[in-house]
This record gives sequence, structure tokens and C-alpha cells, in this order.
Amino acid sequence: MRFTHVLSTALLAVGLAAAPAAADPSPSASPSGDGGAPTQAGTSFRTATGIEPGQRATANGSTGDYLYWSFAADAGVRPTVRATVKLPATHAAQTWQVDVYDGLRRRQACQYGAQTRTADAGSASVDLACTLRTVRAWSEPWADDPLPGTYYVRLTVVGLQPSDLGQPVGAEVRVDSKDVGGAAAVDGSLAEPLVPGIAVTSRQHQEGSSESAVLSAVEPDGGWSSGWWSDRWVWTALGGALAALAGVGGYALTRGSGRPSRVPPGA
Amino acid sequence: MITRQRLAAGVCALLAALAAGLALPAGAAADDTGDRPDPKVELVLDVSGSMRTRDIDGGTRMAAAKQAFDEVLDATPQEVQLGIRTLGANYRGNDRRTGCKDTAQLYPVGPLDRTGAKTAVATLAPTGWTPIGPALMKAATDLQGGGGTRRIVLISDGEDTCQPLDPCEVAREIAAKGIGLTIDTLGLVPDARTRDQLSCIADATGGTYTSVRHKEELTDRVGQLVHRAADPVVTPVATQGAAECTGAPALKSGLYTDREEFGQQRWYRVDVPPGKELRTSVSVAADRAVNPAYGVLLRAVTLHGREIVRGEAEGNGRTDVVSTGLRYPKPAADDDNAPAETVCLQVTHSFSAAAGVRTAPGLPLELTVDVVDAPSPAHDVAAFGLGRGWWLLGVLVLTGFVAGLLWGWLSRWRVAVWRTN
Repeated sequence: MRFTHVLSTALLAVGLAAAPAAADPSPSASPSGDGGAPTQAGTSFRTATGIEPGQRATANGSTGDYLYWSFAADAGVRPTVRATVKLPATHAAQTWQVDVYDGLRRRQACQYGAQTRTADAGSASVDLACTLRTVRAWSEPWADDPLPGTYYVRLTVVGLQPSDLGQPVGAEVRVDSKDVGGAAAVDGSLAEPLVPGIAVTSRQHQEGSSESAVLSAVEPDGGWSSGWWSDRWVWTALGGALAALAGVGGYALTRGSGRPSRVPPGA
Repeated sequence: MITRQRLAAGVCALLAALAAGLALPAGAAADDTGDRPDPKVELVLDVSGSMRTRDIDGGTRMAAAKQAFDEVLDATPQEVQLGIRTLGANYRGNDRRTGCKDTAQLYPVGPLDRTGAKTAVATLAPTGWTPIGPALMKAATDLQGGGGTRRIVLISDGEDTCQPLDPCEVAREIAAKGIGLTIDTLGLVPDARTRDQLSCIADATGGTYTSVRHKEELTDRVGQLVHRAADPVVTPVATQGAAECTGAPALKSGLYTDREEFGQQRWYRVDVPPGKELRTSVSVAADRAVNPAYGVLLRAVTLHGREIVRGEAEGNGRTDVVSTGLRYPKPAADDDNAPAETVCLQVTHSFSAAAGVRTAPGLPLELTVDVVDAPSPAHDVAAFGLGRGWWLLGVLVLTGFVAGLLWGWLSRWRVAVWRTN
């Protein structure tokens, strides 16, 4: 007992001493800093920067850049992507657009929100939004319904005067997920979420090799849901209990209270 | 995410070192890149005569570039192998042919010696011509070898003065080699022609174009691009699709790249064992001026030519890429030794080149293939066939109540019958 105590103290001391050397294994790898929101955006599906729901990700770019972010959406949520672009002081009218793609790079429709908006000449910023359909646990292979997995956000200017090309702009993106709950709980589930490169990644995990580059590393808080729990269990169980009570009530109603009056005494 | 992984890797390395013998030499954890090949970046700087112009925050363009280089060199990540190439730095004469060969490697691509690189940059003086095309070709040669990401950052203030070699075509040829090289361009106070040329070069390789009018913009952008090169990225494997399914390359799970010319079709094959699901996505990039309407079609076809499922996407307007994908779950077979099904994948795109744009080489195509376990199919619309909502409760309560009443009446009637007998 005493030995383990001493050993753990020693380990702790060595660990503390070594910590400054190991605390930041690659000083330059993260311009964003630990735990903070990303301050860079990717430029393709492969290099998309992962963001978490509720995070306010920012990026500096040039007019004409295609900026990519990725986020994870699990079954039963309805993600909303909001983007704000800060435009340079002088510019002609520009049309900006935000597109959302799923893990198979299929374009996903927006239910509502201004996906495309034209900024008047000289305006300071433009706001875009896109609310996706509810993510479901399963769909037919022939459908392109949103499924749990990685989603990509692409922000770009789609209409501009050539003279505005390459001007510095600032972009801000935020993804919010609304929990739709059991109303969207469908039967069936995917064996793996729709994360690009997941077959390669899981194989590497099994073999124990560590490759730092992956196609997509975003994951929801607490991991992907297994898909069997929904509040439908509660509703159904509650319904059964109430039905049983109602049955007892209905039975009691036909019995009246006490002995039936027609039964002769002493029977 | 990447940050987290790196940090986690660092923590694991620390623990491993502690377990191995409680000995951790200083700085041992700094090298966590493992066997990942180092990213390579080459900065290509225009040192032509026009760089003497004083129009960036009151100083010359050259002074702004030098200051930007100094700051970027200080902040360059350790793992990045950085080189510097100049164009138009040495030849002062008027002979066009000599001037157009004037590109030199100022600092070789390799582990960075900050002082050495800075000293080399300090010696530069604006001199000659602007041979962008030849400089890009040489820069691509400088970056050869190694499997990491490669990036060229071209900083210029004028268009190429060495026609007819179009630097935009040079960039497209470099991209067509399939070595994953990106060219980012920065124009210093550019005019319309410079802007068009530099943005064309950037588009051809999937890079970005930035126009710079202030010193900080230049420093920030070059720094950003160098850091971007240090981010780990999955490098696609080059493959070449066939014109029909027979003889098409067999692909396994992974990321692939190919080129597809206008009007061409590409075929690939994937084996899908029973109980597995094929997931594949394709994106075709527009690396040159294309007409506004375009699309891509991805079909999964059996060996006999029957279409199983397709993914299609259309678009209109400015874009970098058009992409689509499909899923094909193959049901589990009763027989354990059932053979895998060969699925043919056909990719066609409907891009058309804008007037006067060369059609060769083809457009870059990126293909992801994942073969994972098949999903458990749905037997009902709702999860496990469970119910939900006030209507369900109402129906259940009513049914229970009616059942209770009936049961009560029935038992009363039975008691009455029993008594009368």
C-alpha cells in the first residue's frame, strides 16, 4: 500500500516535471489554440475544419475562396447552419451562398433560411442560414435523407464583379442542433455513421497503427447514439399502464360497491 | 479535432515514456509526427523591376514582401520543409530569352534554418523580368519526393512577361501530374490582367488567390498558407478508371484521384461481400473556366449492366466542385461462403469547357470508397414499431376501459347464470 503510494507520488512528480516539455507537442499545429473555436477554414472536403455545435468558428479568407467546415449530426437532431460574412469596405454587389453536404458529399436541401443572399454595394456584412431536414437513423439506400454522420458546410461567393476577387473577408459560422426527440425516431439503423473514410479509420484502430490524417474526425458529444433508445418507449409503456388502469376502472364500474342487492342474505 | 488528436498523442507518448523507465529527455515529445512525411512549401517571390514601386503602406512592394517573409519564417512550424525561389532576381539586361530563364532557388527546400533563410531574403533587390511559368515548373521540381502535402505560394505584382508559355497552363499540367500540389497566389496591388492570371493559376490547382494592398494582409496570408500546409491531410491514391467495366481497376476502401476529360466516362470496380454496405462519393472539380450549367452522375451497376442505385447532382453558377454519392447495402447471405458481388461504378460529368479553354488534361476527380457493415433494416416506420403521442394514449385508455367494462359485464352475467342454475 505504502509502496504504491510512494510510486504514484513519484510518477506524479516526474509527470509534472516533464509536463512543460510535452504539454504542446507541436507548437504550431493549432493556430486556433486548445479548446477554443477554430479560426481557420478548410479549402476542400478533404481539408474541412471540424467544428462543434454551438461553437462560433471564424476564418479569414479572400473573396472567391471556397471555405469548408465539417460538423457531426446524430439521429434525431435538426441542424441549423448560420454564417456571417464581413465584407471589405468598398465592393460591388456580391452574392454569397452557404451549401451543406452530407458525409457522402451529397448536397442537402435547406428547409428554410436564406441560403443565398446578395449584399448591396458597400454593405458591411451578409447573413446566411440553412436549416436542414431532421437527421434520421435510417433511410432507404435510394433516398438522400439526412443520416447520422459528418456534414460539410461550404461558404463561398457565387456572384461577383471580377474586380472584387481576392479582397480580404472574414467569415463566421455557427451550427446549432435542435433535438427533435422521439417524433423522428425511425426503425432501422446504420452499422456505422456516414463518416467518410470510416472503413479505413476503423481498420487502423484494429491494427493499432496511428495515422494522424483522417478524412473526418468530428464526432458528437458523447459519441454516436446506438439508436435503440427513444421516448417512444416511455409513451408506449405509459399507454399500457393507463390502459390497465382504465381497464380496472371499467371493471369496477360494472361491479358497483359492496355486495349486489339481489343476493339473498346468507348466500 | 486534429489538435485534440495531437494532444492525445502527446499525452500517450508521455505516459509511454514514463512507463518505459521514468526517463524523458527534454523535447522528446516534440516529435509526435511519427512516420507522417513532412509537408513541403516553396515560396516563389517575384523580384522583377516593378517591385520597386512604392505603394504598399508607403514602402516599396519589395520591402513589404521582405518584412512578410521575415515574420513568416519566424512562425513557420518545425515540421514544414520550406524553400524560397525567386523569379527575375538576377538578370538586368533586356534580352527576353535570357530574362525568361531567370529563376533561381534562393533557399533549398529542407529543414528550415531561420537565420540563413532571412539573410538570403535580405540580399534581394528588384531587378528583372517576370517568368512565372518557368518558375512554377522549377518550383514543382524542387518539391518532388516525399509523400507529404506540397504547396507553392506565389507572390507577384505583375503578369507573366514570357508568353507564349501560359503560366496557367503550366499550373494545370503540374496539377495533372497528380502529386497533390497546390498553388496559392498573392497579387501585390494587382491590375486586372495580373488578377485574372493569378486567379487562373490558383483555380487550376485548387489553391486560393488573394489580392494584397497592405503589409499585414501579406504577412497574415502567407503565414496562414504555410500553416495550412502543416495540417495533416489524407493524400489520395492515383488511379485510372477504364472506359468500361471490364478491365476497370478494382478499388478497396480509401481515397482515390483520377482525371476525367469532357464527355468521357470512367469505370471502377468494388467488391461488396454479403452483409456489407458500399458507400462511395465522387467529386469532380472545375479547375478551369467552365460553362455555368454542370452536373455529375455516379451509377452503381451490376456486372450484367443492371443499375442498382445512382447518385446525381446538378449545379449552376460559380463552383469549385460538384459532388454526389451513393449507398448500396448488400443483404447478408445464408451461406457463409457466398462470394462477394462485384459492383461497377460509372462516373460521368456534364461540365463543358468555356470558349477558348483547353480541354486536356481532364478535370480532377476524387473518389472515396468505404465498405462497412450493412445497416439493420427497418421493419416499421417507427423505432421498433413503438407508438407515441396523445392519440396513442387516448386509444389505449379507451380500449382498456372498454375491455374492463366488457369483462365486468361478462363476469356479472356469468355469476347471474350460475346463481339461477
